[in-house]
Amino acid sequence: MPAEILVLGGGVGGSRTANLLARQLPAGSARVRVVDATGLHVYQPGFLYLAFGQANGGWLARDLRSLLRRDVGLIVDRARRIDTDAKVVHLEQEGPVGYDHLVIATGSHLDHASVPGLTQGAHGFYSLKDAERLREELRAFQGGTVIVGIAGMPYKCPPAPVEFVLLLEEYLRKRGVRDRTTIKFLSPLNRVFTIESASQMVAPIFEQKGIELHTFVNIESVDPDKRQVLSLEGETFDYDLAVLVPPHRGADVITASGLGDRGGWLPTDRHSLRVEGVDDVYAIGDCTDLPISKSGSTAHYEAHPIVEQIVAAVEGRAPEPKKARYEGQVMCFFEMGDRKATIIRFDYDHPPGPPKPSVVWHLAKWGFNRAYWYFVPRGIF
Amino acid sequence: MPTAATKEIDARGSFCPGPLMELIRAIRDADVGDTIAILSKDPGSRTDIPAWVAKAKHEMVEISDEDGYSRYVVKKAR
Repeated sequence: MPAEILVLGGGVGGSRTANLLARQLPAGSARVRVVDATGLHVYQPGFLYLAFGQANGGWLARDLRSLLRRDVGLIVDRARRIDTDAKVVHLEQEGPVGYDHLVIATGSHLDHASVPGLTQGAHGFYSLKDAERLREELRAFQGGTVIVGIAGMPYKCPPAPVEFVLLLEEYLRKRGVRDRTTIKFLSPLNRVFTIESASQMVAPIFEQKGIELHTFVNIESVDPDKRQVLSLEGETFDYDLAVLVPPHRGADVITASGLGDRGGWLPTDRHSLRVEGVDDVYAIGDCTDLPISKSGSTAHYEAHPIVEQIVAAVEGRAPEPKKARYEGQVMCFFEMGDRKATIIRFDYDHPPGPPKPSVVWHLAKWGFNRAYWYFVPRGIF
Repeated sequence: MPTAATKEIDARGSFCPGPLMELIRAIRDADVGDTIAILSKDPGSRTDIPAWVAKAKHEMVEISDEDGYSRYVVKKAR
């Protein structure tokens, strides 16, 4: 009997893991199937560009089927509950589906409703819909006070709000409304960004571009009538346009299955990526409770140790220790505006040392944006 | 004996989003009176964590140096 391998979610982690598994498993030894609610794979880093009219929705989404190998099955359905004792996932349409090995790649989900006033009072760029709405707002914007901030932890792609504010400054300057605009960046920390070396690089750029930095501002609520943002630390900020990152939560299926913590994140071993307390279940990407970046890049690297462990189990051998251990690798590009960018690479034991911003890294990011579809979900690069 | 905490977070190797962000997340989820312990290898935490705790009006219960990392215990005060 071939082993049944089920992957919940067809984002970066899910599609990459499924393709790598199908390639590495001996023919006939297993059946690999992906369950995805939409059957669509979305390149979320593109939302940043979409907000400034530099990308469109069609460029950012593809049929998931076209990204999976032919020998990977796709079930377009919604997972409702995972029963780890019976090793069954209950799907909305198809009903119960059994597994021998389960990979949970259900991602993170925006939770606008958990911050009072956020939906009515603020814009965002963390979904296709929000980014398109913000694009229209920015096109019509004629000046005033713009606030960019973070309304909840954890959130995807930690550099994105800093990238956004730097691209916004450039955009408003080019549109001729920069001199009528005050830009305030509300950082949850006492510096621009979590990584000190990146902060030291960004802070002088903020100063040079006249972006006001307000530190230790963790946004708690928005008052849409007064147009004010209120912080956990007790401060109030007036705005004409607020662009805020909404809080994120784990998928409903995690909570419904009693597997997650209060935020719906899966308790996950930081090296093996096994879900703690259950057998033959792995978590990849945003759905884990690991204190590392929620980003496609994290999922990209996490796929390999999971694949090694599952392939070894199917082949009846011990996994190769080095290949089966995730060491916290993350790599991401960081846009700085005016066609410059840097790159951040680190793991659990090696802090990042980003190179000086340059056009080379900006072009590398654009190259990656295009090459993504051919390499990342397919597990080739 | 280190001070026991309601919740302990191992943020060693967390450069992005970073130990302070993990602490803020835990404080939001905690109940008033809970204590959160956070483990960090980041030297910046030594200034960041007490500074934020003071600004947000919580209580810094203890900072202890362990083997290659520090352990910060914070009580949610409001």
